[in-house]
Amino acid sequence: MSVSATKSTLAAAPASRPRRRLHWALVLPLGWLLLVVFLAITADWIGLPDPAAQELILRRKPPSAEYLLGTDNLGRDMLSRIIYGARTSLIVGICAPFLGFLVGGAIGMSAGYFRGKIDLLAVGFIDVLLAFPALVLALTFTAYLGQSLFNVTLALGILSIPAAARVSRANTLAWANRDFVLAARTIGASNWRILTREILPNLLPPMFAFWLVAISVIIVAEGALSFLGLGIPAPQPSWGGMIADGREALDVAPHTALIPAAVMFATVLSLNFVGDIVRNMVDPRRSAL
Amino acid sequence: MHWLARQLLRLVAVLFCVTLVTFLIVNILPGDVTIVILGTLATPQDIAGLRADLGLDRPMLVRYFDWLGSALSGDLGRSYRNGEPVAQAIADRLPVSLELMVLAQLVALGIAIPVALLSVRKPGGWFDRISASAAFGFLAMPNFMLGIVLIYLFSVSFDLLPATGFSPLSDGLWDNLESMILPALTLGLIEWTVLMRVLRSDLLTTLKEDFILLARAKGLPPWRVLLQHALRPSSFTLITVLGLNIGGLIGGAVIVEQIFALPGVGRLLLGGIFNRDLILVQGTVSFIAAGFVIINFLVDMLYAVLDPRVRHVRFRN
Repeated sequence: MSVSATKSTLAAAPASRPRRRLHWALVLPLGWLLLVVFLAITADWIGLPDPAAQELILRRKPPSAEYLLGTDNLGRDMLSRIIYGARTSLIVGICAPFLGFLVGGAIGMSAGYFRGKIDLLAVGFIDVLLAFPALVLALTFTAYLGQSLFNVTLALGILSIPAAARVSRANTLAWANRDFVLAARTIGASNWRILTREILPNLLPPMFAFWLVAISVIIVAEGALSFLGLGIPAPQPSWGGMIADGREALDVAPHTALIPAAVMFATVLSLNFVGDIVRNMVDPRRSAL
Repeated sequence: MHWLARQLLRLVAVLFCVTLVTFLIVNILPGDVTIVILGTLATPQDIAGLRADLGLDRPMLVRYFDWLGSALSGDLGRSYRNGEPVAQAIADRLPVSLELMVLAQLVALGIAIPVALLSVRKPGGWFDRISASAAFGFLAMPNFMLGIVLIYLFSVSFDLLPATGFSPLSDGLWDNLESMILPALTLGLIEWTVLMRVLRSDLLTTLKEDFILLARAKGLPPWRVLLQHALRPSSFTLITVLGLNIGGLIGGAVIVEQIFALPGVGRLLLGGIFNRDLILVQGTVSFIAAGFVIINFLVDMLYAVLDPRVRHVRFRN
């Protein structure tokens, strides 16, 4: 937002000043994300109680020295569940878009490079996938695939195919007509070589920026599925599932819903923030420079 | 007219594919309604008998075209579970979902338009910066999270509004609205951010046009320039985005109906999924997807009516 605002004021600010400010603003969100990632990776070794261990006498306890974030409806340690939930969110959030980008990226590249019938077919395929409201499609998939971490990742991966295909198709269309591609073709390079050696490297930066955005979208989608009871199956913690569980005790123990909600909010906000900045750096048209 | 005919043809093709894909997903994937109905102790004979009764033993494509034929005449089959006609079940719950979505859009537009107008009066000023930050924050809120927070604030802490439940219009307008305020806020408070950003950036472009300069030179007060001259030509993208967002809104409505226990189409779908009620899921998903495709089609048309250039550009492609 501030980017277009600076643009609209006539006086062009020196290029270095907004940049330095951006770096400052990055500290908090990046720090939070690093913390979440670090805890999710080391969860097994930092002496957390079992996230599934129930202590029914100690249910719905508010945060205390013994239970830093309190306990939930079944007396399970909230801190431990939040951290193991972060692991779930990150696994799905990172793998699902990656899966979608492998398939969608290949579809988009072939469509943008070969054009003609392949393009028509690919666009038709994308149109049909996009014709479903995303969450409804995800619900239908997970409901019938069965609930597991793998199936949720697969379903959300399929959902990210159309977006990935669109990004890679649009970028391939733009790069495929450049002189260096023509040059490669003149020296007799095969289509495969042109696609992988000439075009693919140029697609990676925009795809990477898009992947960052996709992570936060997918984390929210996983949360929504788990919230509805159609995501990660029960004993395994997931932020969305925790919020749904906490909803039952909103009047007596609001922390059981509000803490996972706050953690999820902070994570999505940080991801959006970092994603925005990376996108501005990758796409010169959107940057202030 | 050529253009319109091609668009209509495309619409029909997409609708066909969408129902076929739904049918394939619902039928290929595991999960057996007979087990749900008969329980896990049913004998193979019982299961085979029930499958024959429900017509599940016929080839899939035969079943699809059979379904499609009846669907075109408005018959979406009967629920495997309670025998209720699916079309009737959808029709009963549709008003709730539509009311929710319309109210949510009103909330979103009601916030987005004034905020965008106020923030372009001084781009980069304090209001612009605060509203941009607020938009950034709200955008990061998943709807199921915002719904819970709103329930906590308005129902649990201050006891102002009911947390769940639905009162139909026949109970009186206020009772009905009261049960819809929190659900509509949950969706609208997230959606306004996108609309505000789009409108703000279009307004900034429009304000650089010569006719705005002319209006200002004539001495019109700033609010009249904004409202009467700048708003209308800046709203094309807004309308498109409204259309595009309907997909998200439908997904959001499924979640919000579940949170607030509203008897809408989304909740019908969830119930069908939990009960492995294939024919109900098939009907609702097809209905939702078809509605989504048709709305997008209408938005495209509206766009073409508002801006004649669209017709020509698209036609040439």
